[in-house]
Order: sequence, then structure tokens, then C-alpha cells
Amino acid sequence: MSGKDYDDIPGTFVFDADRSRQGYHLNQFCISLRKAENRDAMKADPEAHMARFPMSEEQCQAVRDRDWNRLLELGGNIYYTSKLAAFDGITFQDLAAMMTGVSREEYRDMMLHGGRPIAGNRSKSEWEEN
Amino acid sequence: MARITAGIGCSHVPAIGVAMDTGITEQPYWQPVFKGFDFSRQWMKDNKPDVVFLVYNDHCTAFDASCIPTFALGCAETFAPADEGWGARPVPIVRNHQKLASHIAQSVILDEFDLTIMNEMEVDHGLTVPLSAMFGEIPQDGEWPCLVVPLAVNVVQYPAPTANRCFQLGRAIRRAIDSFPEDLNVQIWGTGGMSHQLQAERAGLINAEWDTTFLDMMAGDPDAARQISHLEFLRETGSEGIEMVMWLVMRGALDEKVTEVHRHYHVPASNTAVGHIILENHD
Repeated sequence: MSGKDYDDIPGTFVFDADRSRQGYHLNQFCISLRKAENRDAMKADPEAHMARFPMSEEQCQAVRDRDWNRLLELGGNIYYTSKLAAFDGITFQDLAAMMTGVSREEYRDMMLHGGRPIAGNRSKSEWEEN
Repeated sequence: MARITAGIGCSHVPAIGVAMDTGITEQPYWQPVFKGFDFSRQWMKDNKPDVVFLVYNDHCTAFDASCIPTFALGCAETFAPADEGWGARPVPIVRNHQKLASHIAQSVILDEFDLTIMNEMEVDHGLTVPLSAMFGEIPQDGEWPCLVVPLAVNVVQYPAPTANRCFQLGRAIRRAIDSFPEDLNVQIWGTGGMSHQLQAERAGLINAEWDTTFLDMMAGDPDAARQISHLEFLRETGSEGIEMVMWLVMRGALDEKVTEVHRHYHVPASNTAVGHIILENHD
């Protein structure tokens, strides 16, 4: 999985065909929570509902841990993993705060002040300098 | 004959729909977002379309990971707003102009754009939020003021179709609509964007300068816009900013020269820069 021009973008998982293949069952698990009957099943018995999807043990553990960046690293896509967050009652903005490692208030304040600036956030080399 | 009279670019941030559905649009956070649509709602009344051809993306609602069409044209009679995990939006069902949709499907496929045809489809916030933003609050048992032909574009799994491919598809849609015999006022809307990244450590990225240049290109230099690479979208506008390729479908369906009658740009709505533009055709 080397040599992709977008691999240089810092703090970003580009959900390409390789990630889609890796994360297929994880994403299908997450999207199942769009439906009320599956949300009920997940509430009643999380392990049993997860077992309906042949995820890797790493993926299952990341679901149990609600390790949001790890889920992306293991092939999850944000539009899918956000359904797991919604199941927990977490808003998209609060999920974003968790993934960036700051508090809800800090993240909201950053957005109110124009968001994360592009300067210094274009390439991995810019992050490594800091 | 049917004719395309105008193109509209509009973000489809889900929180805009939530704000309208829960009646908090006058709160200080939301007031500047919606103020930019005051002009647009009056303009929509003065320039009421018969049909909107609405380019949007599905967010794993009609299409989960098992099926990912690049371009999917809605040909069903109606499209119900979907439950995206927290209940369906309380907005009216969306009605199609089925004969026009079928005509467009036949025309653009023979024009060498290989569309997927959807005879059953639910629609998510990607489609209903721009309708709400442009038409205002409409009760669930009411009617949208116009018919809607939806075109869903894959922008979730990389790669999305290129900006140039989207622009060329817009041209083919223009040819299709121009050749439809019924006398119809048609608008084409491109939705999504503007700069935003929803995932991982770089979430919250906004690039207002880039967005402004993109809006300028939509108005006056579409040839420059259709050459924007995927890498540029990802790097400069965030991983979800690539939704802006959908604005190129809209722009490709318009005249080369258009009149910009309105523009609105505001940061933030949730994690996203809200952008909106109205472009009138001359012909």
C-alpha cells in the first residue's frame, strides 16, 4: 500500500479500494445500526450483534474500545463509524473532537474561529517538524 | 422544449437540516448560516422551477459498502426520506418527473455515460438538506414546490469521478434536457462541500481562501475548475471536500458564460464551510 500520492496528507485516511476491502465487514456492521431493529439488537447483546459480521478480532476490539481513529486505521470509513457514534449518542462534531484529541469545547471553539487552518497541515513533513 | 435556466451550488451539511427540523435557526450560531439563504428563498419564488435536477451524494444510506455506483440516476416515482440512524427527517416525500428522468437516462447512456438506474431509492440529507435550505420549512404532509430528478454520485469510496468527468456528464445532461419536448423550467443543483474534513487527526480543516477561488471559478472560469485534481481536493479542502466534484456536474450543464446573482459563504456549520451560489443561464 505504498506509493499513493495522497499518503503524504497528514492525519487522514483516504478511503480507497484497499481500505474498503479491509474494512468491509466492519463498515457493514456499523451501517447495520442505521436500522432501529439492529440498534435494538446491539443494545440487547453487543457481542451477539457484532458476531453477525465476520470482523477481525482487532476490529471487534476497536469497536468495544470505541477507538475511533483505530477503526479508521482498520478500514473503517467515517460515514460508517459515525453510525456507531450516533448509536452511543455522540454528535458528529463531538466525534471529530475525539478523533483530534481535544475537548468538545476546544474543538467547537476552533471551528467558530475559522476551523483548522490549511497552513502547516498540507503534508506529513509539516507535522514532523513540530 | 425543456430548458435549464439556472444552476445552484449548495452545501448539504446534515446539521443544517437538524437546525431547521428542531426550530433553532434563529440562534446566534445558526443565524448567519440561514441569513445567506434569505435572498435564495425569494429568488426561488420568483424563478420557480418545474423540475430540479439534483446532484448529491448518498451517505451509505441507499448504498452501503456492498454496492457503490459511481453515477446513479433516480428513476422511481417517489423517493422517501431515509432513517439515517436517528429517525427520518420530517420533510415531504420527494416526487420525480419520471418521463424526464427516463429520457435523461436514455440520452446520456447513448452519449457514452454509463449510469446506474435506480427504480427504488431512499434519499438522505444529501438531497433533502439543499431542498430545505432553498425552499424553507415545509411540513411533512406538505409538498415540495417542484419535482426532483436525483443523481447520486459516489464520493465516499475513493476515487470519486474526476472533476472533468463530472463536468462532461453535466454537458451530456444539458444535451438530454435540451432535447426533451415538454416545456419545462429546469434548474440543476450541485450539492456538497465546501472545504471540510470529518475524520482522523486533521478533522476540522477549513480552507476559506481555496473555497473562495473555487466559487470564483464556478462563476467565471469553469475550465480551470474542471482541471482540479483529486489530490488537490484532498490536500487543500479536506478528505470530504472532494464532494465539490458534484458542483462540476451542475456547471457543465450551464452556458459557458453565466450571471452570478447570489453568493453566500460562512464558517462553520458543524465541521464544515457552507458555500452557496446561484448562476443564471443566458439562453
